[in-house]
Amino acid sequence: MRRLYGSSPLHLIGNVLCLALAGYAIVQILGISSAGNVFVWLIGAILLHDVVLWPLYAGADTVGQRLLGGAVNYVRIPLGLSLVLALAFFATVSNEGGSTYARASGVQFEGYVLRWLLVSAALFVVSAVVYLLRRLKR
Amino acid sequence: MARLKEGEGKTPPGPFRPEFWKSPLRGRRLTAILGLVLLVGMGIVLITGFLSHIAYNPDLRGNAIVDPARDLPINFDWPTSPSWLFALTQGLHVTIGLVMVPILLTKLWSVMPRLFAWPLASTPAQAIERGSVALLVSSTIFLIATGLFNAQYWYPFNFGFVAAHYWAAVIFLGSFLLHVAIKLPLVVRHYRGRDHDEPDLLKAARPAPATISRRGLLAFTGAGAGLVLVGNAGQAIGGPFRKIAFLAPRRESGFPVNKTAMAAGIKPEMTGSTYRLELGNVSLSREQLLAMPQHTESLPIACVEGWSATRSWTGVRLSDLAKMAGVPDAGEVYVQSLQESGGFRKASLSRDQINDSRSMLALKVEGEDLSMDHGFPARVIVPALPGVHNTKWVASMEFTA
Repeated sequence: MRRLYGSSPLHLIGNVLCLALAGYAIVQILGISSAGNVFVWLIGAILLHDVVLWPLYAGADTVGQRLLGGAVNYVRIPLGLSLVLALAFFATVSNEGGSTYARASGVQFEGYVLRWLLVSAALFVVSAVVYLLRRLKR
Repeated sequence: MARLKEGEGKTPPGPFRPEFWKSPLRGRRLTAILGLVLLVGMGIVLITGFLSHIAYNPDLRGNAIVDPARDLPINFDWPTSPSWLFALTQGLHVTIGLVMVPILLTKLWSVMPRLFAWPLASTPAQAIERGSVALLVSSTIFLIATGLFNAQYWYPFNFGFVAAHYWAAVIFLGSFLLHVAIKLPLVVRHYRGRDHDEPDLLKAARPAPATISRRGLLAFTGAGAGLVLVGNAGQAIGGPFRKIAFLAPRRESGFPVNKTAMAAGIKPEMTGSTYRLELGNVSLSREQLLAMPQHTESLPIACVEGWSATRSWTGVRLSDLAKMAGVPDAGEVYVQSLQESGGFRKASLSRDQINDSRSMLALKVEGEDLSMDHGFPARVIVPALPGVHNTKWVASMEFTA
């Protein structure tokens, strides 16, 4: 078994059960309206990370290392944190959710971009201060 | 055509070559730490997600969005105590789900070399495991993306959120449990120091000098998680914390409205002096409801989008209305709104929910008549019930044994 398959029988049973449950869920998805769009999003999710997001940030990081050398972390960290906030709160910061929200709640999204920019600016300021303090110490 | 050097024809270039991976941070230790954090975090999100599904009592009339005949056999009677139960489980689901964004990104970064491992699979076991890992990554990103879009009111997709999010969660359930079953023993072996003489497949063959320490990268990831937490948690806690949630949708200081009267198509003439609550054979005006015994309870209203607000509600007990309707030992009530179309214009409540002495048809909040947007003339308030099942602008209640 191990020679032919490459792992234990339990490994095979676990994987078959996992695929069977996923198969059941996929059949159920086929039964809901706009099923095709669900699959576009399921496959798009993995492509978005592996083909778009990861090459972009890894590439940008390599360029950043070349340009900034030893100072890279003082840009990498505030920029990374700022972008994570933008990603996790994309629909409020970009106001993409604004019109649906206004219809549902009777109030508007206000000041999200400003608050995101302020927090981002604060992160860069803290980073710059730490950089200067460390340089002065040397 | 340039001639290939020996060996180059076999392994594709770029990330498929071991020398492409230069970071000295990657390795079993980093992935083990991130894996354990994700195990706890995604474990909470998974459990609270299925609890949220159960909280809607999908077995009762009109409640199911996912076909109950095809559903997993997981449903049970959702309790009414503690009254903040749904506020807690759903606040955790949404907030921890968001907090997972930076942790998941770093975890995926730490294992990227394995995606490009060449040959893609050398045994059938590796091939099938690649399939289940693909399901895990796909469903995780899908769930976090659709979840955060829904919580932030953005619908860039054509499908109905609930059913798609639910079935993707079923794919996640299986692939997550399998991944934990396969990888957790490796993490345990690593922490017991029993994997010294096994090759670390995540480690760079020719590492470049470090630009940040492993501890630095973990702190960076933790800081991202912390910022997201602070940016969102306040809307789940409510009160003065709401304003601290600097990027969450529900940070307005007032009493949040999930669906305005205008959006629901409720017009003043529907709620005026001609309004009657239909209880089967009995129909009651708002004055008659106000003449019944009134009770006041402080109860939270919590939304599936992860916010909650506690208010003091006054109204008529559901059990009193059941007696009035001639079904004193009601096992179920089907509540319909004046709202004529759209989602969540109806919901059924269970026996325990009807009989809880705090469950009511509320007529007032904080001592004042309900506003139109909060469901005037009357709305349901049941402890620990998902917000949208506390039907607003109640038109009729059908109590059955």
